Amino acid sequence: MTKQAYDILIVGVGGQGVLLASEIISEVAMHAGLDVKKSEIHGMSQRGGVVTSHVRIGPKVYSPTIQQGEVDILMGFEKAEALRFAGWMKAAGTVIVSHTTLVPAIVTSTKGLHYPEDAIDDLKKKIHNVIDVEADKIAAELGNPRLVNTILIGVLSNLLPFDEKLWTDTIKSQVKEKFVAVNLQAFARGRSIHLAAVSP
Amino acid sequence: MKQLLSGNEAVARGAFEAGVKMAVGYPGTPSTEILETMAVRHRSVYSQWSPNEKVAFEVGIGASIGGARALVTMKHVGLNVAADPLMTFAYTGVNGGFVVVSADDPEMHSSQNEQDNRIFARFANIPFLEPADSQESKDMLVAAYEISERYDTPVMLRMTTRISHTLGIVELGEPVNLKERKFVKSPEKYVMIPSNARVRHVVVAERLKELAKYSEVTPFNRVESNGSNIGIISGGVAYQYAKEVAPRFDYFKIGFGYPLPLDAIRKFVEQHERVLVVEELEPVFEDQIKAAGIWVEGKKFFGALGELSPSRVAQGLKDAGLIDEVVKPEITQEELFPRPPVLCPGCPHRGAFMALKKLGVAVTGDIGCYTLGVLKPLNSLDTCICMGASIGNAIGMEKVKGSEKGTVAVIGDSTFFHSGITGLLDAVYNQSNVTVIILDNRATAMTGGQEHPGTGHTLMGDPVGRVDLHELVQALGVKNFEVVDAYDYDATLACIKRQMETPGPSVIVTNRPCVLMPKRIMDEPYVIDAELCNACSACFRISCPAIAASHETNEHGSPKAIIDETLCTGCTLCAQICPTEAIVLKSQFVKV
Ligand code: SF4
Ligand code: SF4
Ligand code: SF4
Repeated sequence: MTKQAYDILIVGVGGQGVLLASEIISEVAMHAGLDVKKSEIHGMSQRGGVVTSHVRIGPKVYSPTIQQGEVDILMGFEKAEALRFAGWMKAAGTVIVSHTTLVPAIVTSTKGLHYPEDAIDDLKKKIHNVIDVEADKIAAELGNPRLVNTILIGVLSNLLPFDEKLWTDTIKSQVKEKFVAVNLQAFARGRSIHLAAVSP
Repeated sequence: MKQLLSGNEAVARGAFEAGVKMAVGYPGTPSTEILETMAVRHRSVYSQWSPNEKVAFEVGIGASIGGARALVTMKHVGLNVAADPLMTFAYTGVNGGFVVVSADDPEMHSSQNEQDNRIFARFANIPFLEPADSQESKDMLVAAYEISERYDTPVMLRMTTRISHTLGIVELGEPVNLKERKFVKSPEKYVMIPSNARVRHVVVAERLKELAKYSEVTPFNRVESNGSNIGIISGGVAYQYAKEVAPRFDYFKIGFGYPLPLDAIRKFVEQHERVLVVEELEPVFEDQIKAAGIWVEGKKFFGALGELSPSRVAQGLKDAGLIDEVVKPEITQEELFPRPPVLCPGCPHRGAFMALKKLGVAVTGDIGCYTLGVLKPLNSLDTCICMGASIGNAIGMEKVKGSEKGTVAVIGDSTFFHSGITGLLDAVYNQSNVTVIILDNRATAMTGGQEHPGTGHTLMGDPVGRVDLHELVQALGVKNFEVVDAYDYDATLACIKRQMETPGPSVIVTNRPCVLMPKRIMDEPYVIDAELCNACSACFRISCPAIAASHETNEHGSPKAIIDETLCTGCTLCAQICPTEAIVLKSQFVKV
């Protein structure tokens, strides 16, 4: 991979660790010698709302946010949220999406609203490169549902030209000590996921 | 050394490097992390939360007049609260350098309006600096102190959400070596009786002329030439968007935004065929430039509402005929269900809102997590204007209603300390029949759980005595006072009814802490017995994120309810309202 600039959009629901994930990616990019900007909206969204984080990596980055239609990699921590932001993608981009399903209370209490159970199939119809990961299941296996973000970072690490050691060192420095071991496991599980769906 | 810092963290770092001795503010998105970072990473600086922005500003003024460099932080609407001292402090000037950070929120990601506080700087006749990334956030803050001391003026550092909450690479510097300043008695400078103030107003006018000269030469205002005959004048994040989509044009980047470097701008405009001003929100630069007789264009292409983005700037440049194409999304955007923020599972505000909805009374609201009570399906707030407004609003409504049912004001503990106390004083003095519910969750929860006078801790972590709400309210002259457990639905309902029927102002305090702060509170979860659930949907209407529709339905096809045990905090509310008693403690649920 010779490309030097990446526009990565990370989406999920408040409390899923979107911000920590984007922080780790940004750290790695900086240590790899590139310019990086990460921009997110939090505040109200912490209470179970939508959380998005833009990470832009390149030799020189101006705008902190990505233009709609320019996202290279979309990371969805929740499948419906990945679908919601599919319109931000380049057609040739890659989606990494967890099977995680979080149905908000408003959908259950309001007639006429429904949750797209088939969000991943929908994504595959729109975008050629979709890597769907049962990160929710793997996280549960590893004993902590909050590991979804680290598993997806593991998958992402295969798509970016940074050393594995840079990733693991950064994870070590960013998570609390008692969670380091399990996060490294989660990262390794993500990294080992087969990337057959991605065109070279 | 290089570090990734958000704009807010960079401001904190800048304060440290500039030798600031006192950092003070009131939490408010997007400004909050500045002081939080001070308290954690730069503990050599004394940092504190004040009960509101006006007090914070006044504390900062005291530190400055006392000879120290002072940093005061707040969100844009916070500066409205602090406007009174700001306007006059501009007259007295400083001793130690003084910088107020105004963190504006274009697009209102978490605010009630999107005012452009660059106008405030002009209004107060003080200079402002506007960074375009984290590095500049730090560098400009350090420079702002030098400007403040050299020109004897308070200075504003104007941030926006995208600058405050964007992480970028920052080259760290060393703390400066400051000459110590002492407090010097000088009543003609610091006591603004009319005879002194008239003299100082002249000084302000003279100072602006000097600052205008500085504006012409400061490196924060610079031309970036690419040999183009198209020029862009821009600052803040708008500059980054423009650079992103049109890197080949010539730029006049404004970092020191008031007074504007009008001579340099005139020269820049004369050298270009066409010049556009790209700025977010109000046409602050454009209007001043045009008023100086310099022809530029801008707002008609970019609009004055909401946040700019690379796409919006590109579209504006295309409309102006300056670029040919804008990126069009290739993939269609899905229209999906909304996912609004909601009160957390077990939030202590839920019980009060359930009761208020049941009573169907007018409810004046305020600023905090509980503002979310306005959303479906709770629908139990009728107003939300600004910090502390609920009580005043309720007094007004109640006074004009005559014999109709009373009005209830809801206000959080932090908001009550911020600016609810004087409203309540009004209710007592003017004998209003309002019922005020203080939702005491022991935190400034909306902005992340900051400390305040009722929590028992300071920003820097020292334990202190908690303000006793009962004593406080009694001292204000309120006779009717009750504490109620917001997790006890019937008691809450009865208590509100009782106090609404009692003549005179009443105060009810709900006493359950926020379930997230300081530590996540989790009791035994509840589960739903699908056999007993008749799918009446009563539990859906309390809007607890832990309750979802199950795949099982009743005979009419309506979904039964199910509880996500990992989210349920065991607050008991849903169990209290379930008509079939299908909701039971997990340990008591025995499958037959
Ligand atoms: S943060 Fe606390 S006060 Fe705010 S909604 Fe959640 S539980 Fe309620
Ligand atoms: S309130 Fe009780 S009966 Fe009604 S839907 Fe909920 S669990 Fe079922
Ligand atoms: S007890 Fe009921 S209302 Fe309370 S958190 Fe659990 S599911 Fe939600």
